[in-house]
Amino acid sequence: MTSPQNDRVHEMFERTRAEGRLALIPFVPGGWPERDATVEIVQTAVAAGADAFEIGMPFSDPLADGVTNQRAYQQSLENGFSVADLFSAVRELRRRDVRVPLLVMGYFNPLLAYGLGKFVQDAVSAGVDGLIPVDLPPEEAVELEPAARAAGLHVMYLLAPTSTDERIGVVAEHGSGFIYCVSVAGVTGARAAVSDQLPAFLQRVRAQTELPLAVGFGISAREHVEEVGRHADAAVIGGAFVETIANASREQRPGAVRAFVEEMSGRGT
Amino acid sequence: MTATPDKALPDARGRFGDFGGKYVPETLMPALSELEAEFERARDDDAFHAEFDALLRDYVGRPTPITAVPRLAERFAGTNAPAVYLKREDLAHTGAHKINAALGQALLAKRMGKPRIVAETGAGQHGVATATVCALLGLECVVYMGAEDVRRQALNVFRMKLLGAEVITVESGSRTLKDAINEAIRDWVTNVHTTHYLLGSVVGPHPYPLMVREFQAVIGVEAREQILEAAGRLPSIAVACVGGGSNAMGLFHPFIDDDVRLIGVEAAGEGMDGLHAAPLAAGRPGVLHGSRSYLLQDEGGQVLEAHSISAGLDYPGVGPEHSWLKESGRAEYVTVTDAEALEGFQALCETEGIIPALESSHAIVHLAKLLPELKSDDLVLLNLSGRGDKDMETVAEALDVTL
Repeated sequence: MTSPQNDRVHEMFERTRAEGRLALIPFVPGGWPERDATVEIVQTAVAAGADAFEIGMPFSDPLADGVTNQRAYQQSLENGFSVADLFSAVRELRRRDVRVPLLVMGYFNPLLAYGLGKFVQDAVSAGVDGLIPVDLPPEEAVELEPAARAAGLHVMYLLAPTSTDERIGVVAEHGSGFIYCVSVAGVTGARAAVSDQLPAFLQRVRAQTELPLAVGFGISAREHVEEVGRHADAAVIGGAFVETIANASREQRPGAVRAFVEEMSGRGT
Repeated sequence: MTATPDKALPDARGRFGDFGGKYVPETLMPALSELEAEFERARDDDAFHAEFDALLRDYVGRPTPITAVPRLAERFAGTNAPAVYLKREDLAHTGAHKINAALGQALLAKRMGKPRIVAETGAGQHGVATATVCALLGLECVVYMGAEDVRRQALNVFRMKLLGAEVITVESGSRTLKDAINEAIRDWVTNVHTTHYLLGSVVGPHPYPLMVREFQAVIGVEAREQILEAAGRLPSIAVACVGGGSNAMGLFHPFIDDDVRLIGVEAAGEGMDGLHAAPLAAGRPGVLHGSRSYLLQDEGGQVLEAHSISAGLDYPGVGPEHSWLKESGRAEYVTVTDAEALEGFQALCETEGIIPALESSHAIVHLAKLLPELKSDDLVLLNLSGRGDKDMETVAEALDVTL
């Protein structure tokens, strides 16, 4: 069982709460744009101020993802990137003394194919702090969740604006680390604005849990981050970050990643 | 038989043994609960059954007949061949069994107050059936179809448009049925408040495999009565093709507790060494499109591309209840190649004057292997799931004929 003393996710929220700000969590699919790209992207983002990082585990049929992430996942698979490669990247990041929470977001089938027990063990030993299973509600995680809990791996379930109070109760009971609140009914990808229904949704979640709340899907500008920061503890930035990387050459990439993270965190020039 | 499956499955969690379940993004969980509750209410509501049954009769043209096919049987097994009856779903309105579940679900959507329908389609039969019932009931209709299938089934695309549906071509992934389902689900996630996802097979998250089976069970219920009347006894064998598996479940389910051999025929495509669409024969359990079932996948759990000459069977997964029937031993599953299916197609045309869908042709040609092994007093019931008009171009191309 993860104790608060060695729980990087818990430590992160202690720090960001003390500093009176939200945690910034960029997302990028692992093994993309090149198979070996992940370590440098994560390290650069963390050096620029990312409080944690979420690495996507590629899947052939990412049905909760918009076209930006779909293409990136497809490229990652064409690059030959595997779950084992993802764990290697995390191990390398820890070797390079990256200390922030590193999270894996993904669909269930690659995890199932890898083997649930082996996945949990290898994830923890590589230095992964949490798993965000996109298509695995708590009801279907009866095998995964106890194994993860025993090994000290958080399972961050998702909630959506469509979630009933009953569903919120189920996720509040089973989740750990934080609850991932999807900002809108929809798929991942950049959007023009944050839904005006977000505050009411987050309030309904708050009413049932002490866990920190992270908001993701469509968070793509500094003003979105500021808006989310008024109601939640963390913002996950996926599609807009993926597009930024897609639009930069490999030489330009570190600069583009740095500038993006600094802008989103409000430290940009 | 190694186990006795319970006709009452799935359980409350939507499980058939280890198969089924609800592996979906959280956004959809409330919609599935709502659908499940509405389906259960409708199931116990005489008014719903009255409306559904009246439309099946007056609009779909049910009951569809069963037809004895002695000349086909003789072609495959000589003069001592056992009797074979076809359940004629090809004679249902829109030309296939798909209309049964489309109608049932569209009525449910109306009950739930959802004015918009999204659907996926492979061969186009489910898309046409969905567009048809939406026109009938005044619902907005959007159909997702893989680009490869749009090419193979241009006629059905035109039919859907005539019926007022918007057809969206899907260019992602393998550009076939699997990817059309992904896109339909993405649409549903985005528009879930106003939209019902009208899934065309016994696949997907609970309650779809149950609900679609129940709406399709009219096939087996009718056929059971009809063959009892025509032959004075139950069939010894029931045969159907299996893609997602809805026509097969519709036929099989009313016979589950009877002493009837159940045989599902999967598409072996180019052959089992090449590209095929036979997850029960050559896949292993995994999770795709919301349920755990047999799946064509690589070692890393990535879904593999399926292939069949028949667009309606071109799917790497299969309904969870079929996985259960395979594992429990209650049903057998066999495979048939593209080339063999074409032989079945031609055989039925030539011997009985019936042009079958390429999907159903897989079941037909399995008779060539099956009938010679049977006794002459066996009795075979085969579900002719659809008619072959939609396949003219594909068949002409395969036979090197220029139209």
